Amino acid sequence: MSLPAFDNLSLTQTAAYIGGAVAMGFGAIGAATGEGYTASQASEAMARDREHAGDIVKNMLVGQAISESASIFSLVIAILLLFMDIPDPGIVKAASLLAAGLCMGFGAIGSGVGAGVPAGRSCLAIARQPAISGRITTNMLIGTAVCQTPAIFAMVVSLILLFKPTAGVAAFPTGAALIGAGLSTGLAAIGSGYGGGLAAGASCEGIARQPETATAVTTTMLVGQAVAQTPSVFGLLVSFILMFRTFPASSTLSASVALFSAGLCMGLGGIGPGIGNGATAEGAVRWVARRIEYAGDLMRIMLVGQAVSQSTAIYAMVVSLALIFVV
Amino acid sequence: MAIEGADLVKAAALLGAGISMGLGAIGPGVGEGMTAAKACEAIGRNPKEAGLLTRTMLVGQAVAESTGIYSLVIALLLLFVV
Repeated sequence: MSLPAFDNLSLTQTAAYIGGAVAMGFGAIGAATGEGYTASQASEAMARDREHAGDIVKNMLVGQAISESASIFSLVIAILLLFMDIPDPGIVKAASLLAAGLCMGFGAIGSGVGAGVPAGRSCLAIARQPAISGRITTNMLIGTAVCQTPAIFAMVVSLILLFKPTAGVAAFPTGAALIGAGLSTGLAAIGSGYGGGLAAGASCEGIARQPETATAVTTTMLVGQAVAQTPSVFGLLVSFILMFRTFPASSTLSASVALFSAGLCMGLGGIGPGIGNGATAEGAVRWVARRIEYAGDLMRIMLVGQAVSQSTAIYAMVVSLALIFVV
Repeated sequence: MAIEGADLVKAAALLGAGISMGLGAIGPGVGEGMTAAKACEAIGRNPKEAGLLTRTMLVGQAVAESTGIYSLVIALLLLFVV
């Protein structure tokens, strides 16, 4: 059996359609899971406190809307991939469009699940302390917004990949570099999105338990979430290098594989530290709410613990940069 | 493009380096994060023992880190030695 002879346009369209399917298919996982969790917690909250069902439903819908935004980004990218005009069809354009779909598809998973966690926990928190429901919803909104950052990074990289001019660029190794760029930001976003959600969930719970600690709890949450976002920033950095550096044309397989592998390494390597940093922040935030007098000690131990957990993401970045610049 | 044997072997080593370090980073990252989360909890319950608890956390994390370092070593061997 011989491969069908593709012309440039049909090759590029094939890649665009597969990319669109991947973007929406994977992109739907996170938001749906997160929103389902939110609704389950809202049901539980209403069973505990029938009187404030209205506040709880309102809070649930606002939280779900933010969680949904990750999959809306995916929908936008998928529709663009299906219907956009394709200038300069060819191998590089095909790689670029496939990478855009991969990036947005993977990138929406973590943020969707992550944003669902604080949205759900805040419903339970309102059932516990209906008097401060406004403060709880505000805290939930801040927390979920930070969870969306990795999905926004993924959308930015996807849009750059969609509209990047590719005329006159040598197919190898640039095509492989672009797929690596998509994987780097997309995969690294999974951990940071979910990790940020863990921290935000604990803060909603903490504010309901001890309303007077709200300021310290929100601050600890934001610091913890910021550290949890670092792996996705590393992913973005590697993506930008892979997208904007000019690689000399090379027909060897190893030159292409090195750049693809660099993106894959940073993407996969960012998942674990993102989740781990978020889990650490969750523990710290929970106990700042209970023992406010030790907030300083808890913040310190959280940052030390997160720094150690971060180290593997740094190893992954070192190997990625070695694959790009040294090999 | 024609692929030669030596080129194929080099490409496999480079891909292996990325996979080794990428997948190898997931476990230590999650595990060390959970260790630190429990250390925060322990310090919250018993703040007087903060020194002992921090030390224990760091020792535990160092052990969990070892698999990440194995991954790094294998990745560097694949990149520069093999």
